[in-house]
Amino acid sequence: MLLIHCPYCGQRPELEFRHGGQAHVARPADPSATSIDEWADYLYLRENPKGLHAERWRHVHGCGRFFNALRDTTTDVFVSTYRCGEPRPDGGSAR
Amino acid sequence: MINLASAGLVAAPESRRWVLRGHAVAMAAAGAAFGSPLPTRAGEVAQAASSIADTARAALWLGPDEVWFITPVEDGAALEGALRTALAAVPHALVDISHRQVGLLLQGTDPAWLLNAVCPLDLSLAAFPVNCCTRTLFNKAEIVLWRTGPAAFRLETGRSFSGYVVGLLAEIAREQAA
Ligand SMILES: [Zn+2]
Repeated sequence: MLLIHCPYCGQRPELEFRHGGQAHVARPADPSATSIDEWADYLYLRENPKGLHAERWRHVHGCGRFFNALRDTTTDVFVSTYRCGEPRPDGGSAR
Repeated sequence: MINLASAGLVAAPESRRWVLRGHAVAMAAAGAAFGSPLPTRAGEVAQAASSIADTARAALWLGPDEVWFITPVEDGAALEGALRTALAAVPHALVDISHRQVGLLLQGTDPAWLLNAVCPLDLSLAAFPVNCCTRTLFNKAEIVLWRTGPAAFRLETGRSFSGYVVGLLAEIAREQAA
């Protein structure tokens, strides 16, 4: 079974986790000053990379916390996991 | 309901339970009322004497801002009163979950083997020592697991899941016996 490293609990079986979509999607600071196209991008447009992807995950059946993970979409390898608020560790684009 | 004994289970003594959510300041205040500093490391259990002779209260680390208190029912009013007083001026959430949960004591020759039939955690004593606790999955049911001895666990599960958990453990125990 795939083991995922929770930043709070350590290595845990993947069954305890739930995927939470792309990470680092920042809500526009001033929505009323945002164009409708920019708002639609924020709401609906997500990346679909072949390779490293920064994602939100939740240790839902463990400590309950959300955290971020850098996962390779071609191999399913979790390159690293890190707490929310920390920068993407490979310095990749944080859209 | 399936016979508890056929699954190697004993019902835990009637208990009161609370979940506390809060930051370090709330945990410190609650620890003073509880009688021992609250656990801060993942999976740690802290225990303190209850107001009833020869019984103990337990505080289980289940998340970085989440601790569960479990105590015998006779100590419930004393513990809750102390916690509410200590926490009155601190932002926190203290919720009584006594009746949501069922406590089951799993003992026998190799209870970790029984659990590992459908729970993928490493339950060796090196990885999951005595007095280690965690929330995890028992097949489809969420449980809280607390190792109370080398061959003894306390399981806490939702009341509505308890028939499923006990029934499945009984099936696994039949396989162990075979
Ligand atoms: Zn965790």
